[in-house]
Amino acid sequence: MTIELSRRDLIKAAGGLGAASLFGLGPEAIARAASNAQAVRFANWSLYLDYDNKSKSYPTLVDFTKKTGIPVKYMEVVDDNDTFTAKVTPQLRLKKDIGYDIVVLTEWMAARWINGKYVAKIDDTKIPNKKNVLPSLLNRPLDPGRHYSLPWAGIIAGFAWNNQKHPKGIHTMEQLFAPANKGKIEVLSEMRDTIGLIMLWHGVDISKPFSQNKFMNAIDYMQKMIHDGFIRQVKGQSYQEDLISGDAVAVIGWSGDINQLNAQNSNRFGFAIPESGGTFSTDNMMIPSLSPNKVNAEAVINYYYDPVVAARVANYIHYICPVAGAQQAMEKINPTQVSNKLIFPDDAMWKNLKVFRELTQAEQISFSTAFQKASGNA
Amino acid sequence: MSTALLHTGSQERKALISKKKLLPYWLLAPGIVWLIIFFLVPIYQLISTSTQTQGNGIGTYVQTYRFANFIDAITSSKGQLFRSFEYAFLATTFALIISYPLAYAVAFKSGRWKNTLLVLVVAPFFCSFLLRTVAWEQILGEQGLVIKTLRVLHIIGAQGHLTATPFAVVAGLTYNFLPFMTLPLYASLERIDIRMMEASGDLYANAIATFRKVTLPLSLPGVVAGTLLTFIPAAGDYINAELLGNPGTKMIGNVIEARYLEIVDYPGAAALSLILMVSILILVMAYVKRSGTEELV
Repeated sequence: MTIELSRRDLIKAAGGLGAASLFGLGPEAIARAASNAQAVRFANWSLYLDYDNKSKSYPTLVDFTKKTGIPVKYMEVVDDNDTFTAKVTPQLRLKKDIGYDIVVLTEWMAARWINGKYVAKIDDTKIPNKKNVLPSLLNRPLDPGRHYSLPWAGIIAGFAWNNQKHPKGIHTMEQLFAPANKGKIEVLSEMRDTIGLIMLWHGVDISKPFSQNKFMNAIDYMQKMIHDGFIRQVKGQSYQEDLISGDAVAVIGWSGDINQLNAQNSNRFGFAIPESGGTFSTDNMMIPSLSPNKVNAEAVINYYYDPVVAARVANYIHYICPVAGAQQAMEKINPTQVSNKLIFPDDAMWKNLKVFRELTQAEQISFSTAFQKASGNA
Repeated sequence: MSTALLHTGSQERKALISKKKLLPYWLLAPGIVWLIIFFLVPIYQLISTSTQTQGNGIGTYVQTYRFANFIDAITSSKGQLFRSFEYAFLATTFALIISYPLAYAVAFKSGRWKNTLLVLVVAPFFCSFLLRTVAWEQILGEQGLVIKTLRVLHIIGAQGHLTATPFAVVAGLTYNFLPFMTLPLYASLERIDIRMMEASGDLYANAIATFRKVTLPLSLPGVVAGTLLTFIPAAGDYINAELLGNPGTKMIGNVIEARYLEIVDYPGAAALSLILMVSILILVMAYVKRSGTEELV
């Protein structure tokens, strides 16, 4: 009798454990869940926050928790604007907590979240450091006055190359698609960057209204380059691995990626903004509307607009720093980066950067369908 | 004991009998519940989504029973659909060519190494599917031994490459689904009574005739099971085409992924998924009808 009972208990216990693991909760996670209730859950892209390999931690976040007592659970879970959004959309629609208190998304996708009323209004009184945000980044079409989003970093798309194969670098579209690069060229799966650069080369100002034809001309060009075997793949950040392995020698890529690659690969690669102009965008922090932890999330956001903290982050991620005063602060942190234009662009550089204009819903659907079709996906 | 049973009331006995009758259903219940939640409900959702049309706002759809979605999906993506079946067919054929001798050797010639070899066949499963495919990127890539050897032998020029080609995709598919082919083949070969082959030899059949007349027919159930287990997942796979292919080698899985996640066209993605399911079903049924399933397992 006793054996029978204990066996039943055992099954019951196993069932409970099984159910817990089914929902992705290990015993540790269950134990942690309670104590972590107030931790700010921060969803960001990979390699987008200063990281210390020795202590396996994020130094600026550690300092934040020390200072404020607010724990932060930092997760590198965003790898693509579309896929991340598609994953959390069902909960957003149902007005449920999506499991993150801060998400970082690129401008055009951030605009979609704001329009869909998926994000909470940020309380300016909780963000005194908002005054440090670069004025040029404060008033953007996605969110004039920045009431729902704040910029995490600025991104430039341009040409990147292997220095050994291209000692003089790549500065024009003709140089990118030179016969010697055939089959070893990769372009970004981020439509606004790849097509934007081609359109700028075609002489179209992508920040102003343009016709559908102008867009489709650029699509045709990309499709031809794919068809003729010049473009090897259309992909996201994984172009970095192909640059390292040599499978790709010339790409359309992002500035910060190449800076980071060079730091680990003894400056094997180069990056330049095309002579015909580069595309610029921002990644933006937002608080999902049903975040149970808004006040703490705002404390985290405010912290990252402290010039010294921003300089520490920029020194690691190498993307455009959105905080005024960070350039001066960089002098103490890493003097060699003070004049790095890819972190602190000068006026001449800003002039050569264009932001892709907002698309209507109909344009968004037809353009992205055309882009996916050209990439072989539709 | 029996007297005790006799003395129990007829009511209780009835209850006992009906309990026994219900037992099979109770045993089936977990499976049925599982199928309802994770198969029927999603399939219903899929069918319902496939006839919706764009609503107000990206990612919102309303039910309009637009069956033309299916025609649109086929016309826009027939290239990738046919390519999926073409690659899956090639991968299945290559897997069969590689697996048959392998399974034969393990079943009849391996002696005391049999268990070790079987573990080796299954060993790739201990590593994630995704990681194994990424590894193939490196095996075939610029720093890999394969391309360097081929360049030295002048089979491939300095400009040539192996990754981002149809060859790489089919090779990846073949490799990834190889165990699904090998194991059923091994199981059916292993069951063959070796005396049948001896008898064939006694009747003056040479090795080739023995294989053709005895071994091969007896192993057919394994061939059918193996080809099905390889073909079906290979046709729906998108990882290999994504990582090892180029824009010209995309398969139907890539289209469904892009429609769902990038273009946010849920009806199109749902229609394509259904088309894929139904066409695989038809192909498999035709195949099974031709080859028979009496001894499939």
